[in-house]
Parts: sequence; structure tokens; C-alpha cells
Amino acid sequence: MKLEYTPAQQALRAEARAWLEAHAPTTALSSFDLTREGFEAHRQWERTLDSGRWGMVTWPAEYGGRGLCLIEWLIFEEEYYRADAPVRVNQNGIFLLGPTLMEFGTPEQKARFLPAMARGDEIWAQAWSEPQAGSDLAAVSSTVVQDGDDYVLNGQKIWSSRAVFADWAFGLFRAPGSARHQGLSLILFPLTAPGVKVRPIERMDGEKVFAEIFLDEVRVPAFNRLGEEGQGWEVCMSTAGFERGLMLRSPARYQQAAQRLVKLFKARGCDLGQGMRDAVVQHWMDADAYALSVYEMASRLDAGGKIGPESSTNKIFWSELDIGLQRTGLEILGPLAELAAHQDTGLGGWLDDYLFSLAGPIYAGSNEIQRNIISERVLGLPRR
Amino acid sequence: MDFRLSEEALMLAETVERMMWETCSLANLRALVLSGEPYDRGRWGQIIALGLPGMLAPVEAGGSGLDELAGVLVAEACGRVALPEPLIEHAGVAIPLLAAAKPDADVLTAAVQGEAQLAIGHPANPFVANADTAEAILLPHGDEVHLVPSSAVELRRHESFDEFRRLFAVSWNPGAATRIADASLGRRLWAKALERGALLAAGQALGLAKGAIDLAVDYAKVREQFGRPIGTNQAVKHILADQQVHLSFARPVVLAAAADFAAGDNVSLARVSHAKLAACAAAESASRAAVQVLGAIGMTAEAGAHFYVKRALALSAAWGTKAFHREQVAERVFEAQIGPANTFPRGGAAA
Ligand SMILES: Cc1cc2nc3c(=O)[nH]c(=O)nc-3n(C[C@H](O)[C@H](O)[C@H](O)COP(=O)(O)OP(=O)(O)OC[C@H]3O[C@@H](n4cnc5c(N)ncnc54)[C@H](O)[C@@H]3O)c2cc1C
Repeated sequence: MKLEYTPAQQALRAEARAWLEAHAPTTALSSFDLTREGFEAHRQWERTLDSGRWGMVTWPAEYGGRGLCLIEWLIFEEEYYRADAPVRVNQNGIFLLGPTLMEFGTPEQKARFLPAMARGDEIWAQAWSEPQAGSDLAAVSSTVVQDGDDYVLNGQKIWSSRAVFADWAFGLFRAPGSARHQGLSLILFPLTAPGVKVRPIERMDGEKVFAEIFLDEVRVPAFNRLGEEGQGWEVCMSTAGFERGLMLRSPARYQQAAQRLVKLFKARGCDLGQGMRDAVVQHWMDADAYALSVYEMASRLDAGGKIGPESSTNKIFWSELDIGLQRTGLEILGPLAELAAHQDTGLGGWLDDYLFSLAGPIYAGSNEIQRNIISERVLGLPRR
Repeated sequence: MDFRLSEEALMLAETVERMMWETCSLANLRALVLSGEPYDRGRWGQIIALGLPGMLAPVEAGGSGLDELAGVLVAEACGRVALPEPLIEHAGVAIPLLAAAKPDADVLTAAVQGEAQLAIGHPANPFVANADTAEAILLPHGDEVHLVPSSAVELRRHESFDEFRRLFAVSWNPGAATRIADASLGRRLWAKALERGALLAAGQALGLAKGAIDLAVDYAKVREQFGRPIGTNQAVKHILADQQVHLSFARPVVLAAAADFAAGDNVSLARVSHAKLAACAAAESASRAAVQVLGAIGMTAEAGAHFYVKRALALSAAWGTKAFHREQVAERVFEAQIGPANTFPRGGAAA
């Protein structure tokens, strides 16, 4: 165990810090889930990131990355959140599909999709869930049928984040009549393809965060299948490991939130009492514990290990940490917390962040499902 | 930056775990309670055979000169079986203190070899644990450190709910002959001993949590109600999954605190405190969960859950209370650099 950065890692941090200080927008961009303008402003920022080769630092240089290890990715993420840079509009691409393409993609697929992803030219949405397939993802019924050199897609997807304005989606489809985990394939399709209809769904705070996707005889080349035919479940579970355990929610996000909470407490904390002070300290500790745990996981993966079912413990921990932390922020604000938190109130978005945190235990596989996974696959309790 | 344990560390942990597993089963613990003996001499012999009493002692004193990370892994193995012998206070706290204060003390050699046990009366703890089997006791007089032979003390027993922690009030007369560190050195040594005690309590607590989870999981697999194992019920599964989550987010903190122990600045102090709080919370919660999953038998002296419940409670108040440790973390949080780039502020991540 060696808890010191190498000189090269320190240099990377310094380089990232200097670049972000020079380039990160100084005023917040408008939401990418509300208007096309906001979305495009975030795409522009992705392009700027790519111009500095910061799009996805773990990818090989030929795909627009820097060939760095996961520890170095964590360093970049720390600097990214330290700079308060915009939320990554392409997070479902770079953090979920990207690693999956690395693992299952052919060289031709990597060359086709990764650089465009790093440049922000193609922003991705995840199209797995269906009205009848939520927690039970293996119940998806949207179909894929081969027709010559093409695949034809039919069916309906739902809750697809960013799909309202995104360019592409990676979807889970089954061969008609196939049973549950068999016959599934992961297919990449443009959201602009003929036969695709996207209907925005408004979230409780009014943002058009996710969408329904209707597919009617949508034709894509067979080239767009990631992994083998029938291997879709395995491919998705690999993606899910990154989603739950590592990339989707990097620790820096919560360390930054904990720092904001400490700042808020210091600014308003004079008569809040010991209980509130303890809560603030506890959230800071939890964010720190999450960071240490991810450093441990990243060290293991950098040495050739694989993400296993323990990613489910991460998912539970970060989602609960987030709710608790945001709730304490609201507590500190007291009755002011109720005010719809837009920039001009100066309340710093605590209400927005709290409301969004409520989704944490649902998306990326609900926390109940994660507890099932931990108890059965980590602890070895009987399924039934 | 590499958070993985070295091969040697993993091997040490495995060896100690195996020995504990073979010599310290639930049946062994119960037999020891019934025997009325303070500790199991056979097992202490095995502990000596592995060289554990001298694990943290300097090589010059005949020890192995291992670091706190090794100490934590050994402590974890001890906690896992709720070890009755006072190995951790002896080897992890008392010996390093004595070696720093008086490296030429006669009793140090015997202690390193495990032939003599040392007890420590730290100002943070109201009683001296296991003083009755100690050859000598490290005691405070103001900030001074005194090394007092057992022949020169009078012990009064205070019953602990943990049958393996024998607590004593110690009467003795301080004098120049027993003083081994003056007040200014003593202040530093007592502070360091408190940090070590807290860190190693955290290590033991990790083991307690793991042991309690294992106990409950094993039971939930075989106990049947309504015609099927109770462990098939989600309500039971989720209780245990939550314990695994607590443990998973305490262990890296304890390991990081151990790896960073030598620094001794406010960052490392805060991490030790965080480790103690998180690991003891995980142990308390897991041991309560074990009682719940075992049902009525979990409340008995016959099943093992109570050993975990009691030790977890005792350790969470020993070596600094929760309030003390939370305050030590608070100092870092409110006074020092925090935020995403400060996970390892000394490792080259300047604010
Ligand atoms: C903000 C947000 C963004 C999302 N983004 C995407 C996206 O981009 N792409 C995508 O494909 N999907 C997305 N989802 C969908 C998400 O993956 C699903 O919501 C999730 O898998 C749960 O499915 P469900 O909503 O149908 O709930 P259900 O599966 O109907 O579950 C409802 C409740 O029942 C519980 N439950 C269900 N089964 C069990 C069981 N076996 N044991 C115990 N409890 C159970 C659940 O835990 C939950 O509390 C998103 C969801 C949210 C909230």
C-alpha cells in the first residue's frame, strides 16, 4: 500500500488544474435537460474538453484519450469537481458505453464510436428500461431481427436520460420469442433514424430529464451490435458494474458537495447546534470513505482485477450519502429551503440537488435490487 | 498511488486468521468462560509461536518491526473471533510505548517474547484492562509515564459485561524508580498510545463486524421457518446486506489510517478517528443484526452473538469516546483544506 501520488501523477494534477482554470466556464451553463440551447452549450464544452484531450483520459490516444489508469482518472475527476466544471452531458456515453465498448467492441467499432464520443459530436442515451421491464431488466420485450446486413428494431423504451436531445442510444433488444437472459443483444442506434419517435417525460422539478423512445421498424447496420448476438445480458452487466460501482458517480462529486455543505454550515451555523454540526461532519466522513473505497477499487482494477458484485455496495452507499447530505443542506437553510432554488436566490441549488438525490436509490438498479445482489452474491444467502 | 495490500501483508493476515480460526471457535470461547481462567494458555502459546507479541516492537528489541498496517490486519483477525487474550493492547499499544520510553527495560524483552504480559492504564480509559495477568503496568502520573511491576500495585476488580475484559482500578505509589518518561515526553507518548489504541480498536471492530455477519449468514442459511431457510426472506437478506455496506465503507478508512499513521499530523489523526468511528459503528450494527437474525437464541449466553455485541460496545467507548473522535475529525473538516483534491493532501495533492 502506497498512498502517495507519483511525480507523473502530480504533474497530471497540475496540468489538469491549470487547464481547467483557464478553460472551465466561469458562469454555470443552463441545464442540458431543459432546452436545446442548454444542451448544445454543454456539447460545446465537451468539444473544448476534447481540444485539451480531456474528453476521457483513460482511453488510448488514438481514440482521443491519454491512456491513463483509473487512479489518474480519479485525479482528473477531483480537479474537474474542484474547478466546478459543468456536469458531463455525455456521461452515459463516456462513463457507461465507453468502458463497455473498450471491453466488447471490435477495433472498427471503437474507431467509429469512441473519438466521436470524446469530441461530443455524438451524445449518448441509455435505452434499456421498458414499461414492463424496470428492475426486472431481463423482461425487455423490444425486438431485434436480422434482415440481410441490417437489424430491424421494434418496441418501446422508457426513462432514457438525455434522450430528448441526444444523438444516439445504446439499447437492449431480444430475438423474438427468446427466453429472458438468452437472445438479448445490445444494439447502437441513432435517435434520428427513421422510425424512432422520442417523447419527453417531465420530472417532478419540470426538467425534461428522460424520454420514452418508440421504435417502429428502425433499421441499423449489423455493425451496430456490441458483443455477440445473444450476449446482450453479459454486456449490460459489465456496463452496470461501471454505472453502480465506479464511473457514473465519481467520489469527487460528493467530496465537492460535502465541501459546499461545510461552507453553508460555516456561513449559517452559529446557532444550529451540535446535532447539525455532527451531521455535517458525518457527511464529510462518508464522502471521504467513499473516495477511499473507490481508490481501493481503482487500484485493484488497474492491476487487472474486474468489477464484481461489490459494486452494489458502492451504489447503495453513494445514493444514501447523497440524500443525507442534501437533506442536511436543506435543514441548515431552514424555512428558506422551500424556496424554489434558482441561481438568483443565492441558495445554491440545494433543493434541486435534494430532489434529484431521491432518484439515486432508483436508477442504476434500485437499492433493493442491490441488496438482493449483495446478500446472494457477496454473502451467499439462498435465492429462494 | 496503490491501495492494494502487499503480498506479505496478505500472507500475514491469512496466517493469523487461520490460527485464530483453529484455536478460537465459539466452543473454545464458551469453554474458557466455564473454566474461569483469565485466558487460554494454549492459544497464547500459538500467538507466541507466530511472533505476534513482538509484531510492532523494534527489531533491536527482538521484535518484528512491522508497521501499523500489519497491526491492523492482526487486530482484524483477533476481532473476527472475539479473541479473549489481550494481544492487541499488549503488542499494539503497551510494547510500542515502552520501547519508545525505555528501550532497555528488562521486561521489554520478556514482553516481546510473550513471556510477560504488559497492561496499560491510559488516561483515556478509566480502568486498566487485564491488569491481573500483567507482569508490569504502564501508568500515568500527570503526564509522566511509569512502569510499575505487578508486585507494587494493588488491584480492585470492576466487573465488565465482556467476560474477557477484566477491568481493574490500580492503586500504586509513583516514584523516581518507576518513572520512565517525564511529563514533556510522556505527553507525546500518551497521545501516540491513544492514537494506536484507537486505530487498533478500529481494526478489531472490522473483524467483529465480519465475524458477526458470518455468524448470522451461516445461521440464516440453515434455520428453517415456514418450510424454508430464513435467509431466503428479503427482510433478513437486506438487514445483512446493509451490514456488508457499513463494513465495506469502514475497512478502506481503517487501512488508509494505518498506512498514514506515521505522519501524525491533523490529517492522519482525523483519519484514525474516522476509522474508529466507522469501524465501531459497523461492529455495533452488525452485532445487533446478528442478534436479530438469530432470534431468541441470539439473546443467549450459548450462541456467539453476545461476544460480538459486548466487545463492540466496549471498544466503541474505549480509546477515546465517540464525541472525542468526532471532534478530532471536526477539527480537520472545519480548520483544514477539504474538497475533492484533498483525499490525500500530503501525497502531493496541494490544495
Ligand atoms: C432519474 C432516472 C434516470 C433513469 N435513467 C435511465 C436511463 O437513462 N436508461 C434506462 O434504461 N433507464 C433509466 N432509468 C430507469 C431505471 O433503471 C429504473 O427506474 C429502475 O431500474 C427501476 O425500475 P422501475 O422504475 O420500473 O421500478 P420497479 O422495478 O417497478 O420497482 C418499483 C419498486 O419496487 C422495488 N422492487 C422491484 N423488484 C423488486 C425485488 N425483486 N425485490 C425488492 N424490491 C423490488 C424497487 O426497488 C422499487 O422500489 C432511470 C430512472 C431514473 C429514476
